[in-house]
Amino acid sequence: MTQHDSHHTAPAVVHAQGQQHPLGIYFKIWGLLFVLSIASYMVDYFHFQGLLRWSLIITFMLLKAGLIVAVFMHMLWERLALLYAIVVPPLLLLVLLGIGALEGDYTFLTRGQFFTPAATPAPAVAKPQ
Amino acid sequence: MTQPAITGHATSLPQPEGLRSIVSDFSSDQRAFKNVPWGKPMMWIFLVSDTFIFGSFLISYMTVRMSTTVPWPNPSQVFSLQMFGKDVPLLLIAIMTFVLISSSGTMALAVNYGYRRDRKTTFWLLIATAVLGATFVGMQAFEWTKLIHEGVRPWSNPWGAAQFGSSFFMITGFHGTHVSIGVIFLVIVAVKVWRGDLDHQRPGFLTGRRGNYEIVETMGLYWHFVDLVWVFIFAFFYLW
Repeated sequence: MTQHDSHHTAPAVVHAQGQQHPLGIYFKIWGLLFVLSIASYMVDYFHFQGLLRWSLIITFMLLKAGLIVAVFMHMLWERLALLYAIVVPPLLLLVLLGIGALEGDYTFLTRGQFFTPAATPAPAVAKPQ
Repeated sequence: MTQPAITGHATSLPQPEGLRSIVSDFSSDQRAFKNVPWGKPMMWIFLVSDTFIFGSFLISYMTVRMSTTVPWPNPSQVFSLQMFGKDVPLLLIAIMTFVLISSSGTMALAVNYGYRRDRKTTFWLLIATAVLGATFVGMQAFEWTKLIHEGVRPWSNPWGAAQFGSSFFMITGFHGTHVSIGVIFLVIVAVKVWRGDLDHQRPGFLTGRRGNYEIVETMGLYWHFVDLVWVFIFAFFYLW
């Protein structure tokens, strides 16, 4: 059941039931996930703030997510068509994220304008006549 | 990317590479994902739908948090534990993350040993995954109890923006439910492995279909998805 082909650089051991890989890679990725989790935790423990905090949080998150999908969920070795069919639709959620961010900003600014606490001298908001 | 699995003995036409392989997979009147057992893309498609659900929750949480004029409670303080007289921020969450990552590790090993048809090892690895998952849910339940005790409700909390409670309970509640369902199915698959149902292709109780070791991999996909969602929740809700 091993096919030797001029296309193969290293023949993958193929079974009808599923592809198998040496166990070592799972342990390595497991360790890498632990390291990334510790790093994520350190971001909070050392009180990073602002852009550095957010970019580190997102970077570690995407690395962990990518490793889980690619190795543990086997996507690295799947057909390209399946990979694209699964990975592209969730990327479209970024559109919803952008819409949510616009909406959130708008609501925040509107609340600030119309619901200012009475204590502050409110600038006269022209009421439509 | 390696060559796709070739399971037949007939010589086939040379398959295109890269983006052309995607086109050729979807072209003509034929099965799209060649040589992929049907259970796998079915589970993947279900996971995509689940991604949309959790994505909607997390994006709405983002919108709600951005729009509140009252400051959002500080997660480092809300989720800290008192240990040895010191306030350790996010300790329980860190432990929960390690527990879930470990369960993903044992699950990946279980899939591998399943394909080697090593029933005993696969069974114990599946049970280990289930135990770790149940531990996670237990810790999440403890977290809920602690916060409810401190006055967090879906409509208010003592520390800040009123929307904190509903976001927290909704997101972690849905995730915890997914983990619990996963634990139940892990035990079911483990029992099937132990009894040798997968070797003898015995029809299953739920659907009557014959099982083989692919169901261990399918279960693995679901379990890794649960871990994946936690990675996002951990980053966006607890750390941000």
